[in-house]
Amino acid sequence: MAEPAHSDEPLLKTPLHAEHVALGARMVPFAGFDMPVQYPTGILTEHNWTRKHAGLFDVSHMGQAFLVAEDKSHETVAKALEALIPADVVNLKPNQQRYSQLLADDGGILDDLMVTRVGASGHEGWLYLVVNASMKEQDYAHIQARLPKGVSLNRKDNLGLMALQGPSAEAVLAKLSPEAAALSFMMAADVQIGGIWCHVSRSGYTGEDGFEISCKGEDAAKLWTTLLADPEVKAIGLGARDSLRLEAGLCLYGHDIDTTTSPIEAGLIWSIQKRRREEGGFPGAARVQREIKDGAARVRVGIKPEGRAPAREGSVITTPDGREVGIVTSGGFGPTVNGPVAMGYVAKDVSAVGTDLHLIVRGKPLPAKVAAMPFAPHRYKR
Amino acid sequence: MTTRYTKDHEYIRVEGDAGIVGISDYAQGQLGDVVFVELPSVGKNLSKGDEAAVVESVKAASEVYAPVSGEVVEVNSELEASPGTVNEDPAGRGWFMKIRLTNQSELDGLMTEEQYQEFVKSIS
Repeated sequence: MAEPAHSDEPLLKTPLHAEHVALGARMVPFAGFDMPVQYPTGILTEHNWTRKHAGLFDVSHMGQAFLVAEDKSHETVAKALEALIPADVVNLKPNQQRYSQLLADDGGILDDLMVTRVGASGHEGWLYLVVNASMKEQDYAHIQARLPKGVSLNRKDNLGLMALQGPSAEAVLAKLSPEAAALSFMMAADVQIGGIWCHVSRSGYTGEDGFEISCKGEDAAKLWTTLLADPEVKAIGLGARDSLRLEAGLCLYGHDIDTTTSPIEAGLIWSIQKRRREEGGFPGAARVQREIKDGAARVRVGIKPEGRAPAREGSVITTPDGREVGIVTSGGFGPTVNGPVAMGYVAKDVSAVGTDLHLIVRGKPLPAKVAAMPFAPHRYKR
Repeated sequence: MTTRYTKDHEYIRVEGDAGIVGISDYAQGQLGDVVFVELPSVGKNLSKGDEAAVVESVKAASEVYAPVSGEVVEVNSELEASPGTVNEDPAGRGWFMKIRLTNQSELDGLMTEEQYQEFVKSIS
């Protein structure tokens, strides 16, 4: 058995770091932060708990920022962001949230992100962004360099962010904030929870119903403790976060999407609203529009290995007669599926659900089939 | 009966000319929940340090190396259906394979229980 590599670089800590240590978490370096990969009960138990009850995740390492229009106009700030992402931002309602991608000029994905039109009064012309921890410096530099005069980026490195996910999440939150618990999917509200100011959205990264809750860094530990006090809630680490999102068929940046993949190849066309598909006006629009019209040469698909062996990221995908047709971008064991699951890119002609494939694992071909995603059904509250 | 350990956290419990190979309690704890084990074929000849088996947790795959040279004479095929046994009882029901040693002197290069516990303390 090989030892994991150690780095001597100093790691950043989220405002919840001491809580993780007190809970006995195993801490690992992730995107420059010292993060909990699992708590003492382990990834399987945490995964299953989230699917059956409610899991609480520290995602404070992610980048939270505001885009602010000086003229307090939503249209001004929305148009500035629409120049960088393919989602319809102009038509966001106050407090509405959307998933999108920062695109490069060739249509490759620089990062994926969440965008919310801030609804709080006095914040007209504000958008709230959440970007990946590992990409935030690059993202902020990219955005900053492309903003028109009168729109500024205000990064909020001192905020906490946690996700409450699972079928019990709504009932747990209802006891603390009925207003937050009443939100519908991809809507947000500013509420008080136990006297703490929180920005809550009904969203997440597990495929389950749930919420993401932002608060001031200094309030994060108190909010975390308040939520964990409910017997339905347990702390969940990055390990289960990954297995949950994989079963939910959700992309992980740097793995399933990156600068070499377009949103159409990645199957993210649903995140590009009709007006933007037609009008373009975002980086890489020519490629995206061409791929919408003609189809992409390769596409992201779900893959179900037929045996028990997981196929990990990087496994080569072939046809049963040995023709190389793609690569696995995420793969592992799905506790809810109770078997291996994977996703990856394959050539269009072998992308139909049910197509027989081989995955090359440790030099041997493992039979697998293209499978519909998600592997575990989404249970969003629409 | 002698138990010896490698710095890669395999153990071998030797009885006569054969030894039972598995991973240490420390190793299973580090791996986390084991979800898949790939075992060698019976009859396979291994050299010390060869990749003998694969153990996969939810997060990652790890190799189990042969602590000594020899022939695989038996494997614990129960692990295929119940890989979690590696976590529950690594030194007992969670064994991987039985190897008939070709060179008993290779054991001298491995750690005793006491040395291994010191080693684990030094890295954790």
